[in-house]
Order: sequence, then structure tokens, then C-alpha cells
Amino acid sequence: MSSFFQWKIFLQDTGGGQTYLQWLISAWGWTLAVSFCSWAIAIIVGVFIGIIRTLPNKFLLFIGNTWTEVFRNIPLIIQIFIWYHVIPSIFLSLRQVPPFILVVIALGFFTSARISELVKAGMESLSKGQLQAGLALGLTRSQTYRYILLPLAFRIIIPPLTSESMNIIKNSSVAFAVSISELTMFALQAGEETSRNIEIFFATTFLYFVSAFAVNRLALYIENRLKLPGAIGGAR
Amino acid sequence: MNLNFSFFTHDVIANFIFKGLLFSIQLSLVAMTGGALLGTLLALLRLSSKRWLSIPAKLYVNTLRSIPLVMVILWFYLLIPMLIKRSIGAELSAFITFTIFEAAYYSEIMRAGILSVAPGQVNAGYALGLTYWQCMKYVVLPQAIRNMLPVFATQTIILFQDTSLVYAIGAYDLLKGFEIAGKNYNRPVETYLIAALVYFIICFFFSSLAKSLQKKIQIIR
Amino acid sequence: MIEIKNVSKWYGDFQVLNDCTSSINKGEVVVVCGPSGSGKSTLIKTVNALETIQKGEIIVNGTSLTDPATNLSKLRSTVGMVFQNFELFPHLNVTENLILAQMKVLNRTQNEALSRGLKMLERVGLKDHKNKFPGQLSGGQQQRVAIARALSMDPIIMLFDEPTSALDPEMVGEVLDVIVKLAKEGMTMMCVTHEMGFAKNVSHRVIFMDEGKIVEDTKTDEFFGDLGARTPRAKDFLSKIIRH
Repeated sequence: MSSFFQWKIFLQDTGGGQTYLQWLISAWGWTLAVSFCSWAIAIIVGVFIGIIRTLPNKFLLFIGNTWTEVFRNIPLIIQIFIWYHVIPSIFLSLRQVPPFILVVIALGFFTSARISELVKAGMESLSKGQLQAGLALGLTRSQTYRYILLPLAFRIIIPPLTSESMNIIKNSSVAFAVSISELTMFALQAGEETSRNIEIFFATTFLYFVSAFAVNRLALYIENRLKLPGAIGGAR
Repeated sequence: MNLNFSFFTHDVIANFIFKGLLFSIQLSLVAMTGGALLGTLLALLRLSSKRWLSIPAKLYVNTLRSIPLVMVILWFYLLIPMLIKRSIGAELSAFITFTIFEAAYYSEIMRAGILSVAPGQVNAGYALGLTYWQCMKYVVLPQAIRNMLPVFATQTIILFQDTSLVYAIGAYDLLKGFEIAGKNYNRPVETYLIAALVYFIICFFFSSLAKSLQKKIQIIR
Repeated sequence: MIEIKNVSKWYGDFQVLNDCTSSINKGEVVVVCGPSGSGKSTLIKTVNALETIQKGEIIVNGTSLTDPATNLSKLRSTVGMVFQNFELFPHLNVTENLILAQMKVLNRTQNEALSRGLKMLERVGLKDHKNKFPGQLSGGQQQRVAIARALSMDPIIMLFDEPTSALDPEMVGEVLDVIVKLAKEGMTMMCVTHEMGFAKNVSHRVIFMDEGKIVEDTKTDEFFGDLGARTPRAKDFLSKIIRH
């Protein structure tokens, strides 16, 4: 094995004053940064869009549906190209915006469409009686959403939200297409420089794996904390 | 900047776009068919009570599902030539990669579909004197397939979108067709916009179709 | 206290309420009955505007529900409602269910809300369960908590929408007991129910509905006393219910 795998490649200098290991770690940092920032945007926008798609207002419904369909039905790599190549050349004032921000917006909006679907489905899975019970007590619609429907819907969508959060880490790899120096970009460049693709790919894949696994554990922890007593699988 | 779409003529479509579109569709269809078949096999293995069958299947599915598709594409493009000792080209590599990769996703859909059929149905089948395979064939699978069709359709639309990631190994797909056309006519901005529109129309059409399918299925339930 | 004037409602082409007119006075207990699909649940939900109406008018304590200037939330807070499926909020424990609307709608302090809520909980006999979650209670207990939740808002009238029809038979009694006690204390109430024994013993008036229309609106004694004077539909309904 030791003759086939040459792990010491990671201790070799890249020629730029750092080892490949240091480069790998920095690339991992970029992957996590892109993922986390996109996730924050996706949650905020996705929850908002999801909510307006459940309101009895035709105009808001149309806006919400259009948003969702547009960002869901165009491949991510093309959305990234649009934000990176197209938008700055149409709106010249955006030329100064760093590529990192553009990619984060692209991945964030792309994922927001999926999250809006989850939120909408979660809200619709609640019985109509809960909305009526809230209103019957004199709560306004927004109070009913805030104190009753959203907390309930949130519990329902945690599992799919988890897999969506893991998807963000995986999808952040598409940022290589516009040369963000995240893990996949590292794999391509370092692989070419060293010709030790196997070792480089292994390390990269392993870090994706670790990241997704960590998200998964965290989500399981949150899910267990929020389980309702008396619900199936909940504490008694 | 002024957008100018006048370069986008019949010739451009015939020379650059059509070839790419054809490949993207072929890749989607092959990966869908192969992935669904392999996926069903994996699902049945995973549901088996024999651990030496279920554990390898679980490993296969979970490993592929936790790696980004781009990395999988790069891995296969690296490994296949190493294993068979000759290069096979980006296109063929894409066919193999996508089939194997999608199988992991389809298998989860199949498994959920089979598990969605109430156990009482199997008991009812047995009570009528059906054998295990008769039960599967006449009672469980028809219901399972109906239950999972909407998710299957959604996954296939995602698959079609994901074929654009063969960009990583330079295969000539629909996106590549647009990109080359954009470079040749020095109109990259416009071609990306048209590419987005074309993908949108295709995916929106099929996802609307999937939605109406889902509504029909809900009525049957 | 409640006036229902010529109310009609359609779902698309289907008419669920057809020119319904009735009224409920202070202290009166009115039972609404009729075959399923007759529109009785829809009618009771129009009284606190959970269902909108396309024609007619409903006036609750002097305020018209159809007037766009009416603050529906304020009005609903004075009308207590109990649902067929309890509709306790599953993510809140019993105490939190009791105090949420008191604090958010009536702006009571937590202490005020707690003391009022626990008093009502005691009234329905469930004080020991104040820290439990809805999922940990039986159906009958959940419905009693739901009644306490509605009472905590100091309503001027209580609406019951089939309060016992989702319950196991052995739990119907405990819930009816609470409602009977309320009625005896002079609470104004409108109750959709199939429990004819309850209607006979407690209510002052019976509204019988069929196909979206109020077919009969009669004093309870007359409704059950003189079967011969009933409309054919009511007679048919009563004979089916009494036979079982």
C-alpha cells in the first residue's frame, strides 16, 4: 500500500510558501464559508418565500411561485454562470462585487427555492383546525403563524431541511466552475500540479464526507431536542 | 452593455446546440433507465434480512449520496482508465458515472416506495393465499410504484439538470454547446441567458407534468 | 346576542348555507343538529367568521361581522370556540396553551393569565395535568383543556362544534359533564351535536338543519315532545337517532 499511496505529498511545498496540506485546509475553509453563507441566505429567503406561498393573497402567491419555479428549474452551474458572468456585465456597478459573494447569492437563491417548497409543504401538512383554533382565540393571522403554525411546521421539516443543508455542502463544489478556491477547485489544481490525483481526491472527498456528517449529527441533535412529549418517538 | 441576440440563428442551433442537447437527453435517459434498474436491485438488497446483502448495498448508497456529484464525476474519469488500462473519453465516462451515481438516489426512492405500502396489505395478500412473489407483484409493487412516481419524476428532472456538471470533464453536452457558440460569436453573456431559458423551459414543462401526475395520484388514494 | 340574518354561502357552485336566519339571546343554550353535510358546522363557524359568507349578515353583540371595519381578532377573542378535534397546540404544554392568547390578545401579564388559566383548568378538573403536553393526554382530557382554554378568554358566548364526536364512547361523559355545568351556570352557548340526550336535558332551543337550510327552530320541549308536529325530515332524523 505504502508504495501505491504517497501521502507525504501533502507535506510537500506548493511552491507558494505553503504545503499542500495547508492549501487543502484553506480550501476546506472556503467550502465551509460558501456553504454556511449560502445556507443563511437560503433559510431567510426560503422561509419568507415559503410563507408567502401559503397566504390568501394572489399577488404574493404569484411572486412566491415564480421565484420558486425559476430558481428550481435552472441548473445550478448555469445560475452560477449567470451571477458571475452575466449580471456584472449588464449591471456594471456590480463589477466590484467579489466572486465569493456572487457564488454565495447563486447557491443561496438556488437552495431557497427548495426550502420554500419544504416550508410550504410543512405548513400545508398541518391541519386547517390549528389555524382556525388560533384565529378563534382572537390571535391575528401573523400571531397564529408565529406562535403556532411555524413552530409546528419547523419541527416537521427538520429532516428534509437537514438533507437540504447537506446538499448545500455538496452543491458548493459547483463553485469550482468560476474558480472559487474551494475543495473541488483544490482537487483539480493540486491534482494536476502533483499528478497524485488519487491521494488528493481521497483527502478532498474525505473532508466533504466529514462536513456532511457533522451537519447530519448536529441536525439529529436539534431534532431530538425539539421532539414533543407524547408525539411518536417523543419523550414521555 | 447592450444585449444582442441576433447571432442566435438556425445555423447556431444546428451546429452547436443540437448536438449538445442530444447528448444531455441521451445521458439523462440512460442514467434514468440504468439507475432505476440498478436502484431497484439495491433497494431490494437493502430490504433483505440477510446482512451480507443489505450492508454492502447500504454502503454503496450512503457513500455515493454523501459525495458531491462533481467529485464523483472526477473520480470515475480518473479511475475507469486506470482500471481498464485505456482511456474512454469524457462522454462514455459520463454515461457510466451517472448510471452508477443515480442508482444510489433511485434506490432510496424505491425503498421508500416499498416501505410506504402498509404491512396490512401484505398480510391481506397472504390471507388470500398469495405467495411472497405474488404478493410483491400484484399487491406491493403496483402501490409502491404509484406512491413513488412523483418523487421519481422530480429526481429525474434533477438528473437532467445535473448532467450539466459534465462540464467538469469537458464532455459536449447542452451547456457546452451554448458555451462554444458563445465563444465563437463572442457573445457569452447572451448564450448563458439563452441556455438558462432553454433549461428552464424543459425542466418547467416536465415538473408541471409531474405535478399534475401527483394530483391525479392523490385522487386515486 | 347573536343575530344570523339571511345567511347564504357557496363553495364554488355548491350552496352550503341557504338563507339561514336565527338568533341567540343572552343565557340561552341552543343546540344545532341535522344529518352530516347539512351545513351545521359551517353555520357555527360563520358566527366567529372562520367561514366567510357571501350573502346576509351576522351580528355578534352589536358588531356586524360583514363590516370590513370590524376587528375580527378582537371580536373572536370574545367568542369562545371548541373544535371537534380539540386543536390544542401540540408544541405547547397545557399551561402554555391556556395563557398564549390571554397574553397576546388580551395583553394580560403572565401572572394574570396563569391565575385565570389555572382556575379554568381546575374547573374542568385537570389541574394536576398543567405541565403535560397535549400528546400525553387522553382525548377527553384534551377536549376539557380546550374548553378551559376558551373559557380563559372570558367569552360572552361559547361555540361548540361537535365537541364529543371525535371521542371514544367512554370519554363522552366527562366532556358533556363540563358543558352541562357551564350551561347550568348561565353561559350562553351554541352547540352542534348529535347527543340528543344532552339537547333534551340542557338546551332551550333546537335548530334542525338539512341541505344548508334551517328547517326547524323550535323550543326544546316542543322539538322532542310532539313528534307529530315535526317536519318529515326532522322526524326521519329523530327516528334514526332514537332507534339506535
